[in-house]
Amino acid sequence: MQSHLSILRIAFALGVAGLASAAHALTADQVRAMAIGESETRSAAIAQAASSGDPKAPEFFQALLDDAVKTAGDKVFVVRDGKARDAASGAEGALPEGAEDVINSNRMRRELEGALASLKLLSPDAAQRAGAIREMRDSADESKLPLIEKALAAETDAKLKADLGLLRAAVLISSTDKAKRLDAARSLADSHSPATKTLLLERLKPDAETEADVRAQLQIALTAIESRLAWGERLGVVFTGASLGSILLLVALGLAITYGLMGVINMAHGELMMIGAYATYVVQNLFKAHLPGLFDWYMLAAIPASFLASALVGAAMERSVIRWLYGRPLETLLATWGISLVLMQTVRSIFGAQNVQVENPGWLSGGVDVLSNLTLPFNRIAIIGFAVLVLGGLAFMVARTRLGLFVRGVTQNRPMAACMGVNTARVDTYAFALGSGIAGLAGCALSQVGNVGPDLGQGYIVDSFMVVVLGGVGQLAGTVYAALGLGILNKLLEGWAGAVLAKIMVLVFIVVFIQKRPQGLFAMKGRSAEA
Amino acid sequence: MSAVASDTLTPTLSREREREPIAVPAPSLSRWRERAGVRAGVLLALIAVLLLAPLLNLVVPATSALHLSDYAIALIGKIMCYAICALAMDLIWGYTGILSLGHGVFFALGGYAMGMYLMRQIGRDGNYKSDLPDFMVFLDWKALPWHWSLSDSFGATLALIVLVPGLLAFVFGYFAFRSRIKGVYFSIITQAMTYATMLLFFRNETGFGGNNGFTDFKRILAIPIATPSTRMTLFVITGLTLIGFFLFARWLVGSKFGRVLQAIRDAESRVMFTGYDPLRYKLTIWVISAVMCGIAGALYVPQVGIINPSEMSPAASIEIAIWAAVGGRGTLIGPILGAFFVNGAKSMFTQLIPEFWLYFLGALFIAVTLFLPRGIVGLLRGKPREERA
Amino acid sequence: MTPELMEAGARVREAALLKAQAGPGTSGGRAASYGRVVQSGELDVAHGPILYLEEITVSFDGFKALNELSLLIDAGELRCIIGPNGAGKTTMMDVITGKTRPDAGKAFFGSTIDLLRMRENEIASVGIGRKFQKPTVFEHLSVFQNLELALKDDRGVRSSMFFRLSGEQLDRIGAMLALIHLKDSAQRTAGLLSHGQKQWLEIGMLLMQEPRLLLLDEPVAGMSDEETERTGELFVSLAGKHSLVVVEHDMAFIERIARKVTVLHEGCVLAEGPMTQVQNDPKVIEVYLGR
Repeated sequence: MQSHLSILRIAFALGVAGLASAAHALTADQVRAMAIGESETRSAAIAQAASSGDPKAPEFFQALLDDAVKTAGDKVFVVRDGKARDAASGAEGALPEGAEDVINSNRMRRELEGALASLKLLSPDAAQRAGAIREMRDSADESKLPLIEKALAAETDAKLKADLGLLRAAVLISSTDKAKRLDAARSLADSHSPATKTLLLERLKPDAETEADVRAQLQIALTAIESRLAWGERLGVVFTGASLGSILLLVALGLAITYGLMGVINMAHGELMMIGAYATYVVQNLFKAHLPGLFDWYMLAAIPASFLASALVGAAMERSVIRWLYGRPLETLLATWGISLVLMQTVRSIFGAQNVQVENPGWLSGGVDVLSNLTLPFNRIAIIGFAVLVLGGLAFMVARTRLGLFVRGVTQNRPMAACMGVNTARVDTYAFALGSGIAGLAGCALSQVGNVGPDLGQGYIVDSFMVVVLGGVGQLAGTVYAALGLGILNKLLEGWAGAVLAKIMVLVFIVVFIQKRPQGLFAMKGRSAEA
Repeated sequence: MSAVASDTLTPTLSREREREPIAVPAPSLSRWRERAGVRAGVLLALIAVLLLAPLLNLVVPATSALHLSDYAIALIGKIMCYAICALAMDLIWGYTGILSLGHGVFFALGGYAMGMYLMRQIGRDGNYKSDLPDFMVFLDWKALPWHWSLSDSFGATLALIVLVPGLLAFVFGYFAFRSRIKGVYFSIITQAMTYATMLLFFRNETGFGGNNGFTDFKRILAIPIATPSTRMTLFVITGLTLIGFFLFARWLVGSKFGRVLQAIRDAESRVMFTGYDPLRYKLTIWVISAVMCGIAGALYVPQVGIINPSEMSPAASIEIAIWAAVGGRGTLIGPILGAFFVNGAKSMFTQLIPEFWLYFLGALFIAVTLFLPRGIVGLLRGKPREERA
Repeated sequence: MTPELMEAGARVREAALLKAQAGPGTSGGRAASYGRVVQSGELDVAHGPILYLEEITVSFDGFKALNELSLLIDAGELRCIIGPNGAGKTTMMDVITGKTRPDAGKAFFGSTIDLLRMRENEIASVGIGRKFQKPTVFEHLSVFQNLELALKDDRGVRSSMFFRLSGEQLDRIGAMLALIHLKDSAQRTAGLLSHGQKQWLEIGMLLMQEPRLLLLDEPVAGMSDEETERTGELFVSLAGKHSLVVVEHDMAFIERIARKVTVLHEGCVLAEGPMTQVQNDPKVIEVYLGR
């Protein structure tokens, strides 16, 4: 009751005083009145300060809420970071001995919070007003109604005006007046927010709303909101599916080169990704240490760095181990598994077994709000774009460049290529390095959305091989479709059955699909394929 | 010439068939020597398991240098279970050419079946003093789920140890072999199978203890499980099982069935055109090897005292393959030796220099595939006589 | 009664027995009447052809390997198939043995056995044997074991586990070893044989199955002259009781053994007839034999 009164007092004061007035500091008297004395007087003082629209008032309210205010006799201090300032003048000073904390009761806290919110609601800054509206959504009740009405009357921004209208309706939905409730139900139908949906569901509970026509109106509003939200959910699933698909694509592209074109089963593919991710980490640290001003641009250096790091490791692998095992896929599988163990342990010895921190550069943080319940993070959008770029570059390289031609020739008929003068050993190394480098790029991308640790690659091995098995060997198109398809399928099933069951269902699906079509989606037909 | 040809093809009453000396596969001296060697080896192993081990562990006092510690018994028992898996792997990889990277799942399923029984045997002695196993009480379950209904009967548990891995192997193998998935694709799909099952068992809702699995066993067949005599009994049973499976495998690969398997490994299309249905043969050996692994898992759990889903991880299954490769594929004794060698090394490394274990294991994978394609046993046997000329 | 008379009598009885046993071998035999009961799964050559292909079409990704190929092989015939590379000879064999499914057409073994409905091992069990272009034997088994596996016997799993060679089977293997001149190499690992020896081993394995129809894909490729001649003799001796289809490029060899020759070109039959007729056919000369 008291808080209602105090809020009403604020609203009245505001109505009388008008909106934000000229800026001036809080006087020592005002400060003293708010910090020292009985709750009643303090409440009045707070209401008064709020109504005056003093821009310094919110700061002081916040300080009170943070328990950072201390009194010593007549003086009032705000203590932040160990430094004491005079509350009124803002001058720094030493905290006197025997300074007492200002204690706020729960009621006082509520009043302070209400005062803060109400000030924000009428703040000249539109962003602050929007923020205040968002905050009030959860705590709006009838007592705040006059405040909201006032803000509504004075609001100039159309969108915020609509939001305030919805806020008002949300309050009125539980009003005692039936007409008001009906009106509120009708206007709530325009909402985009999931919070409104919850509110409507609450009201539609058997004992909440009793009047039949109001219930009908509530139902209409609910259906309208649900269909609007449903689009958001559907797009959300498609987006996360595409995002996962693009990551799988990056992971599987490198594998498509080494296995699809060269026939080498590389169980260390995940570790090559991990090396790319760690290369990104190292570049990030270098920038932090030596070029902090350019930190946002570290990605430009990290991408080539991760490509090179993984490509070099891949080339070393090829030269030392894999070249002796061509034509023996099962042995290659085991040998590369051994290499993966060595790589993981090496990274553990150098960087430690814990996950390491890789931060997004500034322009990749945050996201774009497409719908009220759908935010598309920038880093995922960037990865989708990146995957498309890499795919394009790779397709161009394989189809149009000389190296691509040599790779295709060597993998299809090695002796003939050698007779033509192609240095098959070098082409093998380049091709394998290319596949490994792409794995490094995938690792760089993963570092932006997930954890980076020595076993980063382990989680992707099974998935990436499934993509290659499903997509078929020998063509990039199969890999693309399989990766995207699996990504979206996984996310769709996840929403329905949970992450683990979704994964299991996807694996079962692939095994069953392979029954019908053992060669995958896009297969090379004819006798040569069986050789 | 042509007279001989037509006569041999149409068995007739003709008495004009040329009687030529026929090359019956008489056991040559080297084969006889080999057989005698195997017989001696099996005898030695029997003595070691049945006599030496109990003697050195239970009778010889702990202070003596000859004493086999309880730790050593548990370790050797564990490795013997692994050796059974390696033997099973040799049957399907060394002899039939099917590389499975998911056999760990059969091992784990057998282990879980035994584990369920052992969990029930805890009775009311668990932390929560309830009829239900601890983890169920923790999850707030009121009754045993349906798949635990047979877990208090030892006989039913024995049946499950054989049937569950066998059934999974049958279903998976039937569909995989029917669609003619071969080589690397098949290996990858076995990885997927074990990975999916592992994920399933990690969930608490599946009712197998989640990621903690089963542990803290107290009794088996109402006999306390942690006593030296029980441990030795389990040890002896494991040893006898290993020897028994070895002899069984020897018989199997020496029969025509075994030769068909090798033929399938070498030239499957020719086998088909000779009239054999490879599906039936592959499926049979696949299920046999899965059941062997299941039994190994069931023997493993009471000796080690714990089972959790990490036994089903793809990495664990790939290790089984390396035991067989290190020892020597297609030799039966090789994988057993390989299992002992690799796991012995693992035990040594993880105690002394744990950071280097993975380097060693990785290097082992690489070295064996590059330099030792026929494994240790192949190295010891040297080149076959014919090839040396 | 003298031994010679006894021998003669035995021979006459044998011949009579054979004649009685002789199934509906040639067309028009008394068994080929309307009242005949068809046994499913049994080879029925009462009407002559042992292999009947009708308008078989196979295409790989748009390329027509076989283009409405029709072929008819009579029981007991020795037919040679020739043609340039890519004419579809091996694909035709793939279709007959069940390795490739045609997109259209019919394939019958005898009058009643539909080959298109059977799997490879079933087709092999019913009496069609195939020898591959590249000799495929079981490299890690011995020569003896290779032949033992090919023995015509129960192909089931359980019987193979408990299988023991009977004396008669042993004799048969021994005789085959003698036939293919590998008696001294019986214990040798098959992978160590020479190319020609491997070819012979494969032929031996084929014969062990006691097939009714033999499909031989370039059987003398890589053989010496002497081996080629012996192979030719063997084939000629087999014809009559068995039917043979031989695909070859060695014209001299074909001239020696062939009675009827079929020329394939671009997936269908270009010409068919006795060797001399085909050799002088202008179309064949243009496409294959050259001027």
